[in-house]
Amino acid sequence: MTGPTLVRDEIVPARAPWSCVVRRGQRLRIIDLEGNQAVDFLLYSLGDDTERYSAQDTIAAQRNIFLRTGSVLLSSQGAPMMTITDTSVAYHDTIGGACSCESNTLRYGFHTKALHACVENFLFANAAYGRDKRDLVSNVNWFMNVPVEADGTLGIVDGISAPGLFVELRAEMDVVVVVSNCPQINNPCNGFNPTPVRMIVTE
Amino acid sequence: MKKAATADPAGARAHARAMSGTLVEAMPTIPAASARDLPEGVDGASVLWDETIAGGGYSSRRLSRGARLQLSDLRGDACVSMMVFNAEQPVERLNVADTLKVQWNAYLGPGRLILSDMGRVMLAIIEDSTSGHDAFCGPSNARSLAASSNHGLANGRDRFVAAVAKHGLSARDIHPCINWFKPVTIGEDGSTRLDVGPFAPGRRLTLRVEMEVIVVLANCPHPLDPRSDYSVTPVRATAWRGPPTPPDDPIRNATPEGLRAYLNLEDYYRR
Repeated sequence: MTGPTLVRDEIVPARAPWSCVVRRGQRLRIIDLEGNQAVDFLLYSLGDDTERYSAQDTIAAQRNIFLRTGSVLLSSQGAPMMTITDTSVAYHDTIGGACSCESNTLRYGFHTKALHACVENFLFANAAYGRDKRDLVSNVNWFMNVPVEADGTLGIVDGISAPGLFVELRAEMDVVVVVSNCPQINNPCNGFNPTPVRMIVTE
Repeated sequence: MKKAATADPAGARAHARAMSGTLVEAMPTIPAASARDLPEGVDGASVLWDETIAGGGYSSRRLSRGARLQLSDLRGDACVSMMVFNAEQPVERLNVADTLKVQWNAYLGPGRLILSDMGRVMLAIIEDSTSGHDAFCGPSNARSLAASSNHGLANGRDRFVAAVAKHGLSARDIHPCINWFKPVTIGEDGSTRLDVGPFAPGRRLTLRVEMEVIVVLANCPHPLDPRSDYSVTPVRATAWRGPPTPPDDPIRNATPEGLRAYLNLEDYYRR
């Protein structure tokens, strides 16, 4: 027996977009190199990209808003796209969505409109595949902490990740992974300091 | 042998025309001005849309700024999945994540805003006699219905596909939705808890339309509904003309984030 074969091993710079095809059975490991770096993450079926990650289908099927080891990321058609095979972080977010120039103006003030944002990265990375703003839906936020309190109060709060912590996913179909290494500097999702993450694909 | 009544075009025409005037529960009121049992203070002349949507049914409608849209849970077991588009440029649409995140709260209720992905308010909840709604679980789909033994019956996802097609939109435009009338709350461990009801008949929700919108409604069982008898009852949608939101409106000014969503909207409509 030989061990896993390395397919890709790349560093995504702070604030940058990234995308990659991950074939069924391959594994993607995302490493939070410096700790508490939100990694905004979308999935599209390689064969038919009208089938894409659905946060709501994923939440409904597992009856829980948090993503943990064993969580199955479902598509808009309810099909498994990827499974979390292992993670050293207690849970990840999929209700917080992506930051945008426009939502930043609501959250922090009109002065933040020109700051770089995840939707900009998603649009840029998706354009390479012929996709556009219509194709953006609620995403996963690896390493981001969004608790919901008893009265419904929620917010992006200090992270529960740390340098070197990771999440590992197994592709259940051929998928295109689209990532924004979150550039947000107005809340604690990146510890107010966006940093690089590492992406390793093996088979 | 007697000729069948619909064997020729004239017979088929007579047969078809004889159906005119049939009344059923789930149908639109045409003309809308003849709608009955209107909310207090609403006269027929101001009614824009009145339609009862069956359990399993769907509808959609373009509505203008200032309109009020009331959803009435006629028999207490409706589950209305809603998408919203900017009618002028449908690439702008409801963003559920921003709606919750910007308002720092997971639960929709009186005074809450429905926000687009462009930092603008689309709808405001101006009246709500329910015990809550669901912004987490999305529409039912073929798999969720099969899981409750409701194989092959109308599901919210498929209703959305048909509804958006009638506006020139497609599966790519189907976005995360809100489920009205079925409260889902979140436990400390992240678990979702559905209060499936059924509830007292006549629960009402009134939305103020802040943007020129296309509202898409699908009335199908909630994806977490465990009942195997396809339990969902009709909802009535009634819209009427109203004034645009004035600068001193208390909902507009309730929070700094919400106020900026109105300011962005008002800026967009400077023409």
